Amino acid sequence: MDIFLVEAMVNGLLLGGVFALLALGLNLIFGVIDVVWIAYTELMMIGMYAMFWLYAKYHWPFLAAAAAAIAVVAVLGLLTHFLIIGPILDAPPINQLLATGGLLFFLQSFATFLFSTEFRNIGLRLPTLEVGGMFISVARLLAFGVSLVGVGCLYAFLKRTYWGLAIRAIAQDRQIVGLMGIDARLAYGLTSAIGGALAGLAGCLLVLQYDVHPFIGLSFGPILFMICVLGGLGNMLGGLAAAFIVSEIIAVSGFYVSIDLSYVLAFLIFIGLMFWRPRGVFTR
Amino acid sequence: MKRKLAVWLAAIVGLGALPFLGTPVYLLHIAVQILLWGTVYTAWALMGRFGMMSLGHGGFLGIGAYVPTLLWNYYGITPWIGIPLGVALAVLVAVAIGFPCFRLRVVGHYFALVTLALSEVTERGIVAARDITGGSLGLTPNTVSGTSLFALQFPDKRYFFLITLAVWLVGLWVWHRIDGSMTRLSVTASAEEDAAAAVGINVTREKLKVLMVSAALTSLGGSMLAQYLMYLNPGTLSGVMVTLQMLFAAVVGGMYTALGPTVGSALTIILTESLRILFGTRFIGAANTIYGILLIVFTIFMPVGIWGCVVRRLERRPAAPSFRRS
Repeated sequence: MDIFLVEAMVNGLLLGGVFALLALGLNLIFGVIDVVWIAYTELMMIGMYAMFWLYAKYHWPFLAAAAAAIAVVAVLGLLTHFLIIGPILDAPPINQLLATGGLLFFLQSFATFLFSTEFRNIGLRLPTLEVGGMFISVARLLAFGVSLVGVGCLYAFLKRTYWGLAIRAIAQDRQIVGLMGIDARLAYGLTSAIGGALAGLAGCLLVLQYDVHPFIGLSFGPILFMICVLGGLGNMLGGLAAAFIVSEIIAVSGFYVSIDLSYVLAFLIFIGLMFWRPRGVFTR
Repeated sequence: MKRKLAVWLAAIVGLGALPFLGTPVYLLHIAVQILLWGTVYTAWALMGRFGMMSLGHGGFLGIGAYVPTLLWNYYGITPWIGIPLGVALAVLVAVAIGFPCFRLRVVGHYFALVTLALSEVTERGIVAARDITGGSLGLTPNTVSGTSLFALQFPDKRYFFLITLAVWLVGLWVWHRIDGSMTRLSVTASAEEDAAAAVGINVTREKLKVLMVSAALTSLGGSMLAQYLMYLNPGTLSGVMVTLQMLFAAVVGGMYTALGPTVGSALTIILTESLRILFGTRFIGAANTIYGILLIVFTIFMPVGIWGCVVRRLERRPAAPSFRRS
C-alpha cells in the first residue's frame, strides 16, 4: 500500500479522536437535556482563544492554561444552559435551535469584534515523529491520546458515580427521575458543565494543531453534527464509531482528491446514508 | 376585506412610484436589498412557521445565485432560462433531501442538522470548483453595455427596483396561498404528526409541498440578488452564515406574519448600513454580535417577532361591534 495513503489514514484516525470527544459532549447534552447546541464548536473556539491568551500572551504554564481554558468553557456551558436553554426547555425544538443558533452568531461575531479575523498561533511547535517513513505530528498523537483518556474518564464517571447514574437515568426517562429524588436541575447543570468542559478540552488539543480564528467553529461544526446524526443523536457509542468513520472518509478521499472535495464527498455520503437510516446508522 | 385590499393596492402603487419621485439612488439601493433579502427571508419563514427548522436554505440560495450566472458566463444562456433552471435544481435538491426526511419522520433537531449539511456542501462545493466558480474569490457575471432585458442587467436602479418589487410581491402571494391552506398544515406543524395523519392528512406531502415552494422562492431570491449585486461569493450567497442570517431576520421580524420577514430584512440592512456609516470597518462584527444577542432574546421572550407583536396589537384593538368575522 502507498505509504502516503497509510499516513493519511493514520492522520484521519488521530483527528477522529478529537471528533469523538466533541461528539460525546454533544450527544451527552442531547441525550440528557434533549437539546442540540448548534454553537457547540463555537464554545470550543472560545477554549482555543482562552488557551491562546493565557499561554501565548500571559505565559501561563501549559497545563495551568489548559485547566483554566477548560474551566472557562465549562462555565460557558453552564451559562448556556441556565440563561438560554433554561427558559425554553419545554418550547418546541425550533426555538431551542434558534436560540443556540443565536449563540453561535453571537460568539463568532463577538470573537471577531474582540480579536479581529486575524489567524493566531499559539507558538508552540511540537515535533514530528518519523515512523517507518510516515510523518506523524506529536500534537495529533497527543490530541488522540488525551481525547481517548477523556472519553474513558467520562465513561467511568457515568458508570461508576451516583451523579453519573442520575444523568443516565434522566437520559432514559426525564419524567420519572424526580420521583427517585434526583434534582433534575442540578443534573442538567452538571451535564452542561461537562459538555462545556469537553468542548474546552477539544479546544486545548486543537489549538496545538490549528491557528485560532473566529470562524474556526464553522470548519468543525458541520462535520461534528454530521457525525452525531450518523451515530444517532444521543447515542454515545454510535457517535464514537461515526467520528472515526467520517474522519477516515475525509482523510482518505482528501488523499485521492482535494481537501475541499473530500468534505463535499463526506457530506454527499452522509446525505445518501440518511436515505437508508435517517435516525443514524447505528440506531437500532 | 375590501378595505384591506385597497390598502394593499395603494401601498403597492406607492412603492412602485417610489423610484420616479426623485428618490436618491442610495435609498433605492437599500430598498432593493431590503426587498430581495425580504423575499428570501419570507421563503425561510414559510418553513419556520410550521416548526421546520431548515438550516439548508443557504444551499438553495447558492444554487439560485450560481446556476444562472454560470450558464450566462460560459454558455451565454439568458437568465430568463437560467433562473428557472436554477429554481428547478433547487426544488429537485429539496425533494431529494425532504422526501426521505419527511417520510421517515425526521423532525426537530434531526431535520435541522441534516439540512445543515446541504448548506455546507453547497458552499464547499462552490469553493472546491474554483476553476469554474472562482472559489472564495467570487464570481462576476459578464456585463453587457447598458440596460439589457436579455441579460437581465439594469445599471439604472429604478428599473431593477420595479423588478425587485414584483419578485417580493410574488413571495408575499406565495405566503398568502400557503396561509390559505393553513388549517391542514397547522396540524402538521405541531409535533402531533400522528394526529394529523389520523385525520387523513398526508403529512409527508404537505410538508414536502411547503419545502419545495420555499426552496423555489429562495432560489429565485438568490438569482435576483446575483443579478443585482453582480458579484457572487460563496460566503455571502450560500453557506451556514447566510442561513443564520435568515433565521435572525425571520425571527426578529416575525416569522408568523406575511410582512414579518421583510421587517426583519429592513431592520438588519438598516442596522448594518448605519453601523458601517457611523463606524466604518473599525467595529467589524459589531452588527452580527447585536444580531446574535437579539436572536436569543427574541426567541426566548418574543418568538412572534416585532411585526407579529404589532399585528397582534392591531387585531386586539376594539373594533366596531360585529357578529360576523370579516
